[in-house]
Amino acid sequence: MNHLAVWGGIAAVVIASTVGDILQSRAMKEIGDLGLVRKSEGLGAVIRRVTTNTRFMIGLAFMAVGFFCLLVTLSWGDVSIVGPASASLTFLANALVAHIYLKENVDRRRWMAALCIAGGVALLAQ
Amino acid sequence: MTIRKYLVLLVVIVCAACGDVSLARGMKAFGAVTLANLPTLYTALLNPWVGLGILLLIGFFVSYLSALSWADLTYVLPATSLSYILMVLLAKFFLHEHVTVWRWLGVALIVTGVGFVASGPEATPGAHRHNRIETVYGPVGALGEAADSGVEP
Repeated sequence: MNHLAVWGGIAAVVIASTVGDILQSRAMKEIGDLGLVRKSEGLGAVIRRVTTNTRFMIGLAFMAVGFFCLLVTLSWGDVSIVGPASASLTFLANALVAHIYLKENVDRRRWMAALCIAGGVALLAQ
Repeated sequence: MTIRKYLVLLVVIVCAACGDVSLARGMKAFGAVTLANLPTLYTALLNPWVGLGILLLIGFFVSYLSALSWADLTYVLPATSLSYILMVLLAKFFLHEHVTVWRWLGVALIVTGVGFVASGPEATPGAHRHNRIETVYGPVGALGEAADSGVEP
């Protein structure tokens, strides 16, 4: 399989995983602190609120697509490239989209953290 | 940050690392997955290490969702990346894998990254439902109090 297909696969993993993470984060922000919900309304309410949240379920579907894309891409390219490249780029994409879509305060400190960890994850595969 | 929140992050880190290592150990016993043995893949579930790995990864997912319910994604992901370090340590001492200098350098970079976020706040003010309620109405003991009042925060 050529490099273009491998990097296309990595891009698909990064996009699907990022959309999944972002939608799940947005869903959990809407639902609120699960510990407080459990205290006030019980465990059943926590399960009902999470599983009936449309964004959460769509996020879950995207995470499943991301995992499937990862498996397919791993069969095309070296695990030492596909694994760390997709994990590192997903870290950075999450920081970017969380800042734009979730309006999270991604300051210089969090950008430095994302860059360090993305680099660290890439080195772990060496 | 309360002790409960630190404990949730700790559960995320431990379950992610131990879950992956358990699955790796179980799947090594099963052998390489090929098209020929794909139909018998379900028998891997009978391996106790695979079963334990799945249980731990369910624990990871539940605690990860719990963390996302009170902290930013850009806080939870870096903070819980300590699981990569735990995984390297488990790979070295439990699976007896060789850990190169490059991997230790990667561990050092991850520790540095975690240090950057650990010194900052865990959530953007007003981003989560409970702290939107607190911003408007002051601290509440339970979400139900504000939600049931019929007022949309």
